[in-house]
Amino acid sequence: MSTRTRIVTALITCLTALPAWAQNGIDQRINDAIRPASDWVAGIVFSTFPLFGVDVPFVLVWLVVAATFFTFYFKFINVRAFGHGFKLVRGDYNDPKAAGEVTHFQALATALSGTVGLGNIAGVAVAVSIGGPGATFWMIVCGLLGMSSKFTECTLGVKYRNEYEDGTVSGGPMYYLSKGLGERGFPKLGKVLAVLFAIACIGGSFGGGNMFQANQSFSQLVSMTGGDTGWLADKGWLYGIVVAILVGLVIIGGIKGIARVTSKIVPLMAVTYVTAGLIIIFMNLSAVPAAFGAIITGAFSPEGVAGGVVGVLFQGFKRAAFSNEAGIGSAAIAHSAVQTSRPVTEGFVALYEPFIDTVVVCTITALVIIITGSLDPNVSGVQLTSNAFESAISWFPWVLTVAVVLFAFSTMISWSYYGLKCWTYLFGETRATDVTYKILFLVFVVIGSSMQLGAVIDFSDAMIFAMAFPNILGLYFLLPVVKRELNEYWADLQAGRLQKFE
Amino acid sequence: MSLVFLVGVDCSNCGGRALEYATDRASVKGAKVLVAHVIEWSPFSFSTPQENEERHKRREEEIRRAQTEIIEPIVANLRERGIQAEGIVRHGHAAETLARIAKENKVTNIVVGRRGSSRFKAQVFGSVASSLVQIADRPVTVVP
Repeated sequence: MSTRTRIVTALITCLTALPAWAQNGIDQRINDAIRPASDWVAGIVFSTFPLFGVDVPFVLVWLVVAATFFTFYFKFINVRAFGHGFKLVRGDYNDPKAAGEVTHFQALATALSGTVGLGNIAGVAVAVSIGGPGATFWMIVCGLLGMSSKFTECTLGVKYRNEYEDGTVSGGPMYYLSKGLGERGFPKLGKVLAVLFAIACIGGSFGGGNMFQANQSFSQLVSMTGGDTGWLADKGWLYGIVVAILVGLVIIGGIKGIARVTSKIVPLMAVTYVTAGLIIIFMNLSAVPAAFGAIITGAFSPEGVAGGVVGVLFQGFKRAAFSNEAGIGSAAIAHSAVQTSRPVTEGFVALYEPFIDTVVVCTITALVIIITGSLDPNVSGVQLTSNAFESAISWFPWVLTVAVVLFAFSTMISWSYYGLKCWTYLFGETRATDVTYKILFLVFVVIGSSMQLGAVIDFSDAMIFAMAFPNILGLYFLLPVVKRELNEYWADLQAGRLQKFE
Repeated sequence: MSLVFLVGVDCSNCGGRALEYATDRASVKGAKVLVAHVIEWSPFSFSTPQENEERHKRREEEIRRAQTEIIEPIVANLRERGIQAEGIVRHGHAAETLARIAKENKVTNIVVGRRGSSRFKAQVFGSVASSLVQIADRPVTVVP
């Protein structure tokens, strides 16, 4: 405990020392330093090829083709197992003798707190402002297909997790890639993919799971405190330091209280957000048919959107994929702690993640933006969503600000865990590697809140999407394993051989 | 059919009167005493990935601690007095779990103590004894 305290104090001293040499324009300096690296990474991940006259990023095709293929391969598992998944979440199959273990509900809730967040608020606004209302349609399609990807990866996450002697468990793509592909006769390929995944995931944990969160929550805070002329406007580093200290207290200091409070407030904020969205939609019920009309027409025959239909489609897919992370592999890490003897049950439960995240929450955000008529070519990101809610409920931006900061915080905590799991997979589980990662993570919090949106979004998108390459390639190899698990379980379910408790 | 008394205890010294009552009844009737401790836990709570990772380990620790600190001393004491006794530790909602244990073990009578909180407090925060009386499918004795 005393070493821990010492590390925390040292860290706080270092972080607070930053402002001393930060006289003026440190934001700009950090930004300039990161920009070339961010451009380079984004260039590789988003290498495009022309499709129907539009430059289409290969990674999006990669994700969507996989999600579609999985949907057909598992005969529409996203529809078929939807009802059974709900019963599992509700606890119908929880053995009371295993009470006290991680339930399906808890695994899902934990995974959701890592995905529901800024992507649902800021990302959707970006999609709709660039792609028009039609992007919403493609977001929903992407969410529905993504359910099958989540099903596949979360089943494998549980199946190939490590259960250690001391009773802790650890799972995720790095384990199913190395162990699973080894079993299928490709041990070398499996190792390579696992390492590539781990590297990308560490990058993603610094990008989308960290800098993007810090950046967007800060920009919302600035706009609420006087905008560009306000006191906070050029204090990105200060906000970064405060958040870094709080995150540090949780992940290094082991202050469980903060994490526990967050894990209880975040679901409450999510419910508040959804409820407010629904209220606004009901207040403008007469505008809803027109909004759906705009979404459908915009999806198939958009006007004034660069790239036409394909342009809209990819805006929608891109933001949906960034928000629900299906095919990315991150959720498999969170889901694998569940207590179950049948890995495929967690796959059924994981279907709900893209559904809640994208089909429900993202759609609500998009509808609110569209029916309040807030679409404005000069506004994007959180700001656009905030304007849309403000036009109906004047004080809501304050609630939204609190929600955005809390979502950002909880997403950072989740991603610091994902990143750490990959980091220790690569460098071993020692105290030194553990602390090194966590300190780097905190440094990126400060960097993220000091950079301009463009550079941050490019970098976070690039790193998160890079995870999809090794992950999905491995999933193709492991599909027969999932199918076998699924068929055995489904047969037991149909024959009534599964014990139901109450 | 053999008689079984189920006693809910929440710590080593609490539930004392309920335990005494059940013990007396059991020794008169030649019944067995089942001593149960429920660790308050909900399947619908929210947790961090770190907590989930360690959950299995923590659960084992919680059960072990309850066994050695609460259940074992009581059971040992009962056996010394010549009463057939057994212990059980379970996670869950206190009243629901006690009712379930009673059902599983075909218990004759459930015996619990009560905190003696005011009527208002009991209504607002709920009380194990009063919920148990509502949900149990067999006789419940509440010892004040």
